[in-house]
Amino acid sequence: MDVNNPFALYKWQALFDARELFIDGLTTTLEVTVGALVLSILLGIVFGIAGVFPNRVIRALNRVYVEFFQNTPLVIQVIFIYNALPHIHIVMPVLLIGIIGVGVYTGAYMAEAVRGGIMSVSKGQLEAAMSQGFNYWQAMWYIILPQTKKVMLPAMANQAINLVKNTSVLAMIAGGDLMYQADSWSGSNMYYGPAYFTAGVSYWIICFLLSKYINKLEKKAEV
Amino acid sequence: MAELFEANNFLFLMGGFKVTLEIGFFSIIFSVLLGTMIGIARYLKIPVLAHIAGIYVDVVRNIPCLLCVLIARFMTPLPPTMSGILAMSVFTGAIMAEIVRGGINSVSKGQFEAALSQGFSRWQIVYHIILPQAYRNVIPPMVSQFTTVIKDSSFVWAVGTEELTGRSMILIGRYSDTSHLFAIMGCVALIYFILNYSLSLLARWEHKRLAAKSY
Repeated sequence: MDVNNPFALYKWQALFDARELFIDGLTTTLEVTVGALVLSILLGIVFGIAGVFPNRVIRALNRVYVEFFQNTPLVIQVIFIYNALPHIHIVMPVLLIGIIGVGVYTGAYMAEAVRGGIMSVSKGQLEAAMSQGFNYWQAMWYIILPQTKKVMLPAMANQAINLVKNTSVLAMIAGGDLMYQADSWSGSNMYYGPAYFTAGVSYWIICFLLSKYINKLEKKAEV
Repeated sequence: MAELFEANNFLFLMGGFKVTLEIGFFSIIFSVLLGTMIGIARYLKIPVLAHIAGIYVDVVRNIPCLLCVLIARFMTPLPPTMSGILAMSVFTGAIMAEIVRGGINSVSKGQFEAALSQGFSRWQIVYHIILPQAYRNVIPPMVSQFTTVIKDSSFVWAVGTEELTGRSMILIGRYSDTSHLFAIMGCVALIYFILNYSLSLLARWEHKRLAAKSY
């Protein structure tokens, strides 16, 4: 019977009628993705450099940040921001929670990618640059970081894809993202098939376009 | 605060931790098996199978873990924990397949040809020559994926499966005090941290040991 078919036509019809909801969710997901991606790359560069910094205390900061965020679940971190921080009077809109939560979490992975990239460049490069009168930051910015691209980009690409997927954590705090809309819409009428399919295809397309774009960057870095 | 630290609450959390461990353990086993089978199928270019595996990897790698969890819970008749294991295995299997493929590719092609000339069959080569070397190369990324499995298993709370995260949320619901909330979340974060950090230490140690053994 039609009712037992999870992909029955009338269920698709219902989904089409509720398309506003899904477009809303997709917009939120894209906003969180862009915000979190920018934040994670910034954090990655800062903490990545901290990981190879001459000062031991700053290197320790990198370890604490990376190990803490890589070894505890994103779900716990986001629920903490959503549930616990308001108790100490830090209240944020869910969109911002998503950007900060996912951004800081992925930042730890980006930091490892940046650190790995910097360590792949031979130490002599920094010494040579500094002997030529560059200071540490100039040498880092003009000499070391540009050379890390080839090692760093594939690792960062992977993390960017993970970031897109992880934005769905917002669904667990009623964040109004695509996964939340698909889950709550299908939860109310049990039309799981079309809802999950549409959400899956949307995420797939975002990830696909993102990895195509990063591939292009990689090609450019190789020249 | 004292009423929070009583045996009942501890046992309640540990009950959730057991589910987390169950989902983590079985998902890791199944996903490594799945990833290895796909790795072999693609390496030996087994017709049809290699193609299906390729499509599976491309699709699942680009969809969220939470979507797998929802599909496994609401579109299959499995009980909660089993559906969690299914979701995590399918989701992680695709990533493992890529990790195994990387490991296999890192073994030089000459090894296959050399073994073939010595009379090994294709399956023998894979089992005795390629896989042992491939595994040695992929221990760090694989174990870091194990920690991701344990972390991501907290997504099954979205469908009401009471693992560690879920149990802690229920516990928080029973106490309204700010300090209770911070204490519970801190404890749970610490449990995850200790488990995952020991896993990654183990991986580092094993990697060093194997590196010292190789020539």
